[in-house]
Amino acid sequence: MSTDTKAGTLERHGLNDDQLRAMLRNMLLQRQLDNRGFQLNRQGKVPFALGSEGHEALQAGAAMAFDRGKDILAPYYRDLGLCLGIGLTPYEIMLSIFARESDHNGGRQFPNHYSSKAIGLMSFSSVLAAHLPHAVGAAYAIAYREQAGRAVLATCGDGTTSEGEWHESMNFAAIHKLPFVMLVENNEWAISTPLSRQMAQPEIWKRAAGYGMPGRRFNGFDPIETYAAVKEAMDRARSGGGPSLIEGICYRYLAHSTDDNDLTYRTREEVLERRKQDPVPAFEAVLVEHGVMTPQEVDAMRKDVLRETNEATDAAEAQPYPKPADLYTNLYEGAWQPWQS
Amino acid sequence: MAVVSNTSSTVMNNVEAVRATLYEAMRNDDRTVILGEDVGARGNVFLITKDFIKEFGPERVIDTPIAEASIVGIAVGMAMEGLRPIAEIQFADFIYPSFNQIVGEAAKTRYRSNGEYTCPLVIRAPYGGGVRGALSHSVSVEALFYHVPGLKIVAPSFPADVKGLLNAAIDDPDPVLFLEHKKTYRLIKGEVPDGHYTIPLGKANVLKEGTQLTAVSYGLYVHWALEAAAQLQESGLSVEVIDLRSIRPMDKTTILRSVEKTRKLLIIHEDNKFGGVGAEISAMVAEEALFHLDAPIRRLAGPDVPPMGYALPLEEEFMSSPAEMAQAMRELVEF
Ligand SMILES: Cc1ncc(C[n+]2csc(CCOP(=O)(O)OP(=O)(O)O)c2C)c(N)n1
Ligand SMILES: [Mg+2]
Repeated sequence: MSTDTKAGTLERHGLNDDQLRAMLRNMLLQRQLDNRGFQLNRQGKVPFALGSEGHEALQAGAAMAFDRGKDILAPYYRDLGLCLGIGLTPYEIMLSIFARESDHNGGRQFPNHYSSKAIGLMSFSSVLAAHLPHAVGAAYAIAYREQAGRAVLATCGDGTTSEGEWHESMNFAAIHKLPFVMLVENNEWAISTPLSRQMAQPEIWKRAAGYGMPGRRFNGFDPIETYAAVKEAMDRARSGGGPSLIEGICYRYLAHSTDDNDLTYRTREEVLERRKQDPVPAFEAVLVEHGVMTPQEVDAMRKDVLRETNEATDAAEAQPYPKPADLYTNLYEGAWQPWQS
Repeated sequence: MAVVSNTSSTVMNNVEAVRATLYEAMRNDDRTVILGEDVGARGNVFLITKDFIKEFGPERVIDTPIAEASIVGIAVGMAMEGLRPIAEIQFADFIYPSFNQIVGEAAKTRYRSNGEYTCPLVIRAPYGGGVRGALSHSVSVEALFYHVPGLKIVAPSFPADVKGLLNAAIDDPDPVLFLEHKKTYRLIKGEVPDGHYTIPLGKANVLKEGTQLTAVSYGLYVHWALEAAAQLQESGLSVEVIDLRSIRPMDKTTILRSVEKTRKLLIIHEDNKFGGVGAEISAMVAEEALFHLDAPIRRLAGPDVPPMGYALPLEEEFMSSPAEMAQAMRELVEF
């Protein structure tokens, strides 16, 4: 289905108006929640925040290709939008930022390290690429049980593709033709290290050929193109066609985290230049141009997202911290001492 | 406690005990898969999984690429999604590439998700020296891991314990590092009760009762300590020998009860002395039973060099011996 207007044809890749609006809402929500994390940090209310500005389109599009209740997501810390898109709520995000007792991991992990078994969101640590073998193991479990129609979507940043476990995971997934999709979110930076210092050959997707799997690069500033690329790979994985390596090109607008000053390694001009392609206003404009939404509806959506963010913030902040005694639970099953008596 | 379904038994060596136990686990639960290097057609370098692939198929007996981090990492992912993987590191010396997956991931999966995800995983690793294994086929790795909350570590010495403890490790809902001493593989034979039974992790075994000295050990050295204690018995010295069996958790009760009786403690292990398992036992006994002691605690353990030079004199210098153990026991008894 496509929509013809005087602005040309919108290639929808089968997405209906509701889905297009849902993707925009996800993108707006990401930006608002990111913003909130940084605000709370500056207010001294939380020690740490990390944003995904520049990844909104990529993540909204990828999440739309995730089959809720079936697929598994093995994300990394910059996947706010993906996690929202597969069903995590802003309230759950804020519980993570505030490290509250009712957070999924009980305030044990850094913010952005979401997990929720109920929605297929695998728990992960901060150790880059360490989650990828887990994703492959989960894909093996799916294949082993012959569960057609399910696949694992794993993500990581460009810098993380330098890790040995990245390679090991790709290799194993390819050998066993597992239902596994490796989605690389290439934002050109790994903290302060540019792509040129991670790899000599900058097109990550081309490594796919070396593993014997399909590879593809797509514009991660375009949520519809992202959706199409991720859906193609996930459909292939779900139907026994094996793994894929797909690479979305995006950009990291913010510093790496609240603990980073990006002006020590890149210029404000570089960032401002890339801001001109900001995927959020760009997608708003696309939906308005093609008559999917009116400017008033976009405004109303933005307000609604702010309201939801405010409510989530207040509700999460009002929750209690974990208790000191919670430090000791859930290490092993049952009560525990290293010295058995 | 050990549940033995009948009283008949079969004589096996340690390799056969591991093999028989793994075989039963594969038969009993189709969530169980084995993954590692050369576990399939070759049946593992020690033939532990010989012919498994014929009976259980390549989906359950998985020859992995040579990539230890992902052998463990993939097993972690399988465990998180409901399988019961048994990962094999071909030699414990090659476990280092998977260190993060064991320490940073498997050990923390339950904790970091506050119980939402768990990691019921067994990692088997043949370890230990005295086999002309040189610097990279001889190491003991227990001290590198026993520091880590979230792991359990087992190092059995006898075939019957291999079976009971491996069954317990496989049933365990949390990650267990299962260490098999290579030199005991074919050297040590013993009666193994037939049928399914488990031995709880964290329970030491008093192998020989004695009154004048407690000798605590595990792995190959347990057998040598028994030999040494038997020698001393002939000259009228009475040494109690304890096989730890589990390194994490460790059995405080059995050690303290023995030390309070004998009033002297010798800890014997092959792993390097500095920061080794003996250090923790010494500290515990010093904290809890200092005034029961009639002599300083003594440790007989690996010297502070990498285990272990290949040339026979180098290997022999690194390794202890029943004679050296007997000497240390005698000195401490006579202190
Ligand atoms: C194994 C490991 N090494 C180093 C780090 C520290 N670190 C955290 S994020 C990061 C950069 C990652 O860059 P990339 O993969 O491109 O993801 P991005 O942050 O750009 O989304 C580094 C080096 C880590 N968390 N884990
Ligand atoms: Mg990056």
